[in-house]
Amino acid sequence: MRGSLSELIKGLWRENPTFRMMLGLCPTLAVSTSVANGLGMGLAATFVLAGSSAMVSTVRGVIPEKVRIPCFIVIIATFVTITELLMKAYTPLLSRALGIYVPLIVVNCIVLGRAEAFASKKGVISSTIDAIGMGLGFTWALCFISAIREILGNGTILGLQISDRFEPPLFMILAPGALLTIGLLIGLINYLASKQKA
Amino acid sequence: MNLSAFIAIAISTIFINNFILSRFLGLCPFIGVSKRTGPAISMGLAVTFVTTTASILTWLIYDLVLIPFHLEYLRTISFILVIAFFVQFAEIVIQKNMPAIYKAFGIYLTLITTNCAVLGVAVLNTDMFFMKGKAVAGSFLLSVFQGFGAGVGFTLAMVLMSGIRERLEFAEIPACLKDAPITFIVASLMSLAFLGFSGFKI
Repeated sequence: MRGSLSELIKGLWRENPTFRMMLGLCPTLAVSTSVANGLGMGLAATFVLAGSSAMVSTVRGVIPEKVRIPCFIVIIATFVTITELLMKAYTPLLSRALGIYVPLIVVNCIVLGRAEAFASKKGVISSTIDAIGMGLGFTWALCFISAIREILGNGTILGLQISDRFEPPLFMILAPGALLTIGLLIGLINYLASKQKA
Repeated sequence: MNLSAFIAIAISTIFINNFILSRFLGLCPFIGVSKRTGPAISMGLAVTFVTTTASILTWLIYDLVLIPFHLEYLRTISFILVIAFFVQFAEIVIQKNMPAIYKAFGIYLTLITTNCAVLGVAVLNTDMFFMKGKAVAGSFLLSVFQGFGAGVGFTLAMVLMSGIRERLEFAEIPACLKDAPITFIVASLMSLAFLGFSGFKI
């Protein structure tokens, strides 16, 4: 029980896919314009991660070593398609806001990375737990970055206005703001990590 | 369809909606291989080659297979498989027949199978040039051209960034900002400069 708990938690901070491993940055930067978008993308990716990891782990004994990557990609693409169709049906607004970044979950390195590094070697339950932990780690990182950008760039949080005396710089919502935010955040984390060691 | 549509696509994909600096597609190679200009150019060429050919292949599949059989929902799966197979195939052919080009591309050809710029341009093409399940006029050429333009825009950003990073080697940077963080900050300034193109209308 304690083992599975630590597998869930490691994705949240110690092996956080965004901040520590710097995986899957393309969607992180592209959709983090508002917390709602960030949360939607994070949960969609978590669903794909959990589904594909469970599936990969289930069939891991059957797949020949040489063709395992194409097989993983087909499994991942299947779950991405399910997510795409579900989002189009039930959350059309979010699906439109995320645009091409929903199908692009297929090439998100976090998903294939977990399939290759974890799910292809471990059992179904621990793979699923690991994937959910990674997905939640990705989700909170996305929400954190989108919160910074939404507050500074739009003056709102989850669509609610913070103060009417604050004139937000549009720059933070546009592309340069995303790159600046992630650059400074990773720098800050490196700084904290180096202090912790010293 | 006329020439101005092509010029508009070229300017849009290379400058206004640059694949790296404004759409954030292909960030991993942008951060990973932009330390030296030589490899950056190789990577750019390899990506341009794959985005162009992937645009051709995915357009054909979408128009000739997926739409007639009402299988549009298989877009993601079929595109990623076609791209992966094509990249593997191209690698083998180039390695056997054109060793000089293979040397120039280096290992980068393999790496771009899962580059989001490639799948991204394929998905964008079908979003932009297919209306209500039918190809718009000239959509094939427009798609191919958009794929090519995306590659050129990618190469431009790679080369610019590698030039800056070669200089950055000699700069005094705080230890915690070395490598990736400073690259993101530089990219942010570059992206700010590219934002200047966004007022451009044709």
